[in-house]
Amino acid sequence: MLLKVTDLHARIDDREILRGVNLEVNAGEVHAIMGPNGSGKSTFSMVLAGNPAYTPTGGSVEFRGKDLLAMEPEVRSHEGLFLGFQYPVEIPGVSMVNFMRAAVNAKRAYFNEPPMTATEFLKMMREKRAVVELDNKLASRSVNEGFSGGEKKRNEIFQMAVLEPKLSILDETDSGLDIDALRVVAEGVNKLKGPENATIVITHYQRLLDYIKPDFVHILYKGRIVRTGGPELALELEERGYDWIKAEIDAEDAAREAAERQ
Amino acid sequence: MSSLQQYIDLYKQHSDLIDSHSSEPLNKMRKVAFDVLSQTTLPRRGSENFANIDMEEMLAPDYGINLQRIQPDINPDVTFRCDLPVSRQSVFIMANDTFTASDNAYDTLPDGVDVGSLAEFAKFNSAEIEEHYGKVADMKNPIVALNTMLAQDGLYLHVKKGTRLEQPIQLVNILSSIRPYMAVRRALIIIDDDAEARLLVCDHSQKGDSDLLALETLEILVGKHSRFDYYSIEESSEQTRRLSALYLRQDEGSTVTIDGITLYNGVTRNEYYTRFEGPNASLRLYGMGIEDDKRVISTYSHIDHRAPACHSDELFKFTVDDEANGDFTGRIHVAEGAEKTEAYQSNRNLVGSSTAKMSSKPQLEIYNDDVKCSHGCAIGQLDPMEVFYMRTRGLTEETARLLLRQAFMADVINAIGVEQLRERLRILVEKRFAGTRSSCSACPGCELKK
Repeated sequence: MLLKVTDLHARIDDREILRGVNLEVNAGEVHAIMGPNGSGKSTFSMVLAGNPAYTPTGGSVEFRGKDLLAMEPEVRSHEGLFLGFQYPVEIPGVSMVNFMRAAVNAKRAYFNEPPMTATEFLKMMREKRAVVELDNKLASRSVNEGFSGGEKKRNEIFQMAVLEPKLSILDETDSGLDIDALRVVAEGVNKLKGPENATIVITHYQRLLDYIKPDFVHILYKGRIVRTGGPELALELEERGYDWIKAEIDAEDAAREAAERQ
Repeated sequence: MSSLQQYIDLYKQHSDLIDSHSSEPLNKMRKVAFDVLSQTTLPRRGSENFANIDMEEMLAPDYGINLQRIQPDINPDVTFRCDLPVSRQSVFIMANDTFTASDNAYDTLPDGVDVGSLAEFAKFNSAEIEEHYGKVADMKNPIVALNTMLAQDGLYLHVKKGTRLEQPIQLVNILSSIRPYMAVRRALIIIDDDAEARLLVCDHSQKGDSDLLALETLEILVGKHSRFDYYSIEESSEQTRRLSALYLRQDEGSTVTIDGITLYNGVTRNEYYTRFEGPNASLRLYGMGIEDDKRVISTYSHIDHRAPACHSDELFKFTVDDEANGDFTGRIHVAEGAEKTEAYQSNRNLVGSSTAKMSSKPQLEIYNDDVKCSHGCAIGQLDPMEVFYMRTRGLTEETARLLLRQAFMADVINAIGVEQLRERLRILVEKRFAGTRSSCSACPGCELKK
């Protein structure tokens, strides 16, 4: 098993956002996590990637048999976890090329491999750029600086291609994309898919799932995964919205709380 | 008693000796400075525009002055390797307060350029030097007055009408003394009309435990439609104090860059006073400082728009860490009648620890309606989201911070107009942030005589 999340709790500042998430992901699988706004989707991705602003307060996460929560964010990356950001960060003054070279060589150093030669590196950059049709000009600019929304998301997938992760978490990769950009990004993700790796797609809308076909769809609400199903669950959400599921869960919670009070 | 008194007394006692080592134009001003200093009160910490600098304290050590004109034994051609990034031509050395030329300094200089020892030039070119020496700088400034009273030599650069110098001129300032020592340095730079020159100055201190003080005053005149670039790079030591006052006057249509870069220092006060005296001139006043441990940097700038349609662009960036201290005061004055002025000022600072301090004081005084002016200052920390983003790609927190701090300085470095210097500085700044000392410790020249 690639990822095993057991009863994960986490908070930011004093707010508890995750309240017992359970999830299992195997190699070769694509999982979609959907949910209404404020349900904890982005928090879940931040906690898995190790953002220090979020504090796990309970439960455990095993990643390829190791305790993920005990690792620094950079070690999680070396071990094969990748987070595609909903809002990729602009880093003025740091060129994409230098950034990626530092990233690639940091990973190689972690595995006691020598740094890539300049020729090898540039060749690899060229190949990986092709995956998402990323303009060479963007690669020579500062990280995400002045990139359009679509270019930023493409750049995320490009970085994913370079780092060759075992598990990719793509947080709202579809947000802010027009239909053509969405197709390019989705095709990039599909090209990188293999029997050895897995993808978690976090999205509010079903439309991305027309391009990236999930094996499992989970609904996150109130900090928990409250429903799990196949692709048909996403279609149901598309058709009926989130209100019915909120109503169902709120009723279940109320019934349980009432039972606990008695 | 003021710290000044010891220097006033010293001058009284030895004025004849000092005069005998210099020349008439310098000596004349000395007496004026002496009179001013006798009535000067030094600014203390907390005085207006002196947030972190206490001139009484800075001048308190019993610094020796080189009254005997002892030449320090510094071999320019070895020291040369120290940090001269650009060329092996047109290199001049100011060893403590003694001006020398490196072996090939004059080989490639075209006619129309006078460069050399100020005291020497003043001997046979005294009318011209007398016309400007001490006239551009403001004697009410104690740095200027003390410098003028004690200066025996310095750099003289005169680029004559229509002369364009391709090769930058370099001046290496080296401080070296086993006893507390004050190097009094002076520069007079005259760029005639339609001329062009670039000057690179770097400051070094040889390793040692004694207190060193560099007291410098620069007077720069740039003529009509001329171009002048001045880059000053300080790579000194914790024991070094620097009091520097630069005065610039720009005539019509001239283009000037002034760039003050502090990589390593002890306590530094850099003052820039610039004045537009003719229309359509432009100035880029840039600077940066990397401050950690207990280093102090204080910057004061005063850009005076006296003529219409001039453009000034000011940018200063500082990082302060550990217990370092910084302050910036940027004053822009747009006079009545200076219409169509464009003046932009920006000061941005990264504070990396809870014990480091930075203060910033932009001041705009505008006596005119038809102007475009802006100023902005920011004091902050690295964005934690940027650091996290980089860590998710496998960079350690340390590497992420390093790259971000380098990136922070990128716009100052990118604006440097001499390519070799720009590339060299990129590396020096990278090494500085990475904590691998880049400067004098690796230099054979600096390990010479202690």
